[in-house]
Amino acid sequence: MRDILKTQASRRTILGAGLAGASMLAMPSILRAQDKSLKVGVYGGYFKDSFDKNIFPEFTKATGIAVESIAEPTGEAWLVQLEQAARAGQAPADVSMMSQVAMLKGQATDLWTPLDMAKIKNASGLIDAFVNKYPDGRVAGIGAVSWYITLVTNTDVYKEAPTSWTALWDSANVDKIGLLALVSNSFLLEVTAKTHFGGTDALDTEEGILKVFEKLAEVKPNVRLWYRDEAQFEQALKSGEIPMGQYYHDVTGLAASDGHPVRSTFPKEGGILDSGCWALSRASEKTEEAHVFIDYMCQPAIQATLSRKVGTSPTVKRDLLDLTAEEFNAVSSDIEPIIPRYDLYQTKSDFLNQKWTEMIAG
Amino acid sequence: MRREPPQRLADYGPLLFPAGMLIVFFVIPFATMIAVSFFEREQGGFYQPAFVWDNYARFLSLFFGKVLGFSLFLAVAVAVACIVIGVPFTYLMSRAARKVQILWLVALLSILSLSEVMIGFAWSTLFSRTAGLTNLLVAIGIMETPQALTPSFGAVMTAMTYQALPYTVLVLYPALVRLDPTLTEAARTLGASPIRAFFTVVVPALRNTILATLIMVFIFALGSYLLPQLLGRPQHWTLSVLITDQAIYQSNMPFAAAMAVFLVLVSLALVGLAVYAGRRKEAA
Repeated sequence: MRDILKTQASRRTILGAGLAGASMLAMPSILRAQDKSLKVGVYGGYFKDSFDKNIFPEFTKATGIAVESIAEPTGEAWLVQLEQAARAGQAPADVSMMSQVAMLKGQATDLWTPLDMAKIKNASGLIDAFVNKYPDGRVAGIGAVSWYITLVTNTDVYKEAPTSWTALWDSANVDKIGLLALVSNSFLLEVTAKTHFGGTDALDTEEGILKVFEKLAEVKPNVRLWYRDEAQFEQALKSGEIPMGQYYHDVTGLAASDGHPVRSTFPKEGGILDSGCWALSRASEKTEEAHVFIDYMCQPAIQATLSRKVGTSPTVKRDLLDLTAEEFNAVSSDIEPIIPRYDLYQTKSDFLNQKWTEMIAG
Repeated sequence: MRREPPQRLADYGPLLFPAGMLIVFFVIPFATMIAVSFFEREQGGFYQPAFVWDNYARFLSLFFGKVLGFSLFLAVAVAVACIVIGVPFTYLMSRAARKVQILWLVALLSILSLSEVMIGFAWSTLFSRTAGLTNLLVAIGIMETPQALTPSFGAVMTAMTYQALPYTVLVLYPALVRLDPTLTEAARTLGASPIRAFFTVVVPALRNTILATLIMVFIFALGSYLLPQLLGRPQHWTLSVLITDQAIYQSNMPFAAAMAVFLVLVSLALVGLAVYAGRRKEAA
């Protein structure tokens, strides 16, 4: 893990607990000279750099609240740290960007301070899916950023863009595909359910899940690489070594604009729409500042800036945005997305993980 | 210098520092891991202190048995490959001129400065279809079209042997340098060919060193986690890969800890067996 850390700066890579631990140590507990401040956890690497450059300085200018950004790992390591710190009454970050599964797991222990929607006026523009609620209706988190995982291809090898996820099953693609290695980050069960079983409702029962697994197992001969490390697949895709696979729409777009022979396609069944939430640790005493921050981040103008500068898909409704069609299509699509069944990764995580591991490694 | 057994309590003083380090950096973490391996996993949450055998029970299945078996097989294969390459190589090197020896040792030591990630990526490029070694074979007309050699078992083996070989040579080197050259000379004067002398004199004289090296490389390879992932197919993933999955991605610390404890116990048992077998042979 340590080695990955040294050589990798791409976002969403697993940075390991080490980085978060180190940044906690490096972070002085004394407040800055400004009277108001906020510690914000964002995914380390690309995300944090982009936020530090494009978002946080403007926020401080607009509100007078100084932001101390903290690099957090994207796995569940950060959730574990927040949880354990909260038990000790500490908040390594006040507001953190959390994955949807981490949001649900944090809900189970009441880790997130419920947000007061009256103080977050701009939340009215949000797409409904981006308001994360406790079972009793309290708001646990607000959509921070979202991104698509799509079907990507090397343009030298595939002259025609594929149009459907069924390409993964096509026997013409033997040993040509790269897929994410974990059930909880590849969302291939959802893709299979939507493509072959009419929708992700097929995953409601264990029998249904097993059927989907069976169908998904048929892609195995086509898969050359099950990757955990994004850089490994990205490099193989660019060189044509592994000419097809699932990958992040935004990063693929950046690679294409750098002149690499790659393209990202929204299949007709939809791209996978994954997202992160802003959530406030219950140990934080910066409730006011946190609300100001989250409200600020929900502004359509800020979401548009994020789309342009960071490449994420906006969390607010499209008609509120001043993005041109071209800018919007660079980060999103009008095709209805496949929304991951996050609930399953909380309630059935061990079952899914076991079946998944047996499927790909068996 | 005269050596005396320690007389007073203070004589044990110098031991305090290493003992302290061992306790802080090995005993305590390991004990914590054993404790956690009995904790109760809360799906959708974290874990609760408890005393349950569930984590071990889950591990006792055909699937994990196969993964454990493969991990052990891979580690043994890498250890044997390192010995097969390392012993003759080090023997020849120790017989070479001083300058040549230094050159080789510096080259081998420089491999140690490479991180596992760099080794993995370098080999995956060398084994790739688009930029790999097979392109050279095509260029000189041996092959028709370039081929991808990774992911495969061979690719994993190659990279892991490459990574472990410097350690093998560095452990074997002192023993081979100290090996009395008159032994082989005697064998030669008695009519043995160089190869026969190597196998009947050098190898038996080094038996304990070779066994120690085997065990070292075995343990070293058993913990391998990155190379099987970068260069292998899922069926070549070691138990360490699955442990990482559980610990980091599933936040299932109890199960990860149970697998790790199991791995440690099995490898200790194998090492014990090897040492025991070595002793018995010596006694016989």
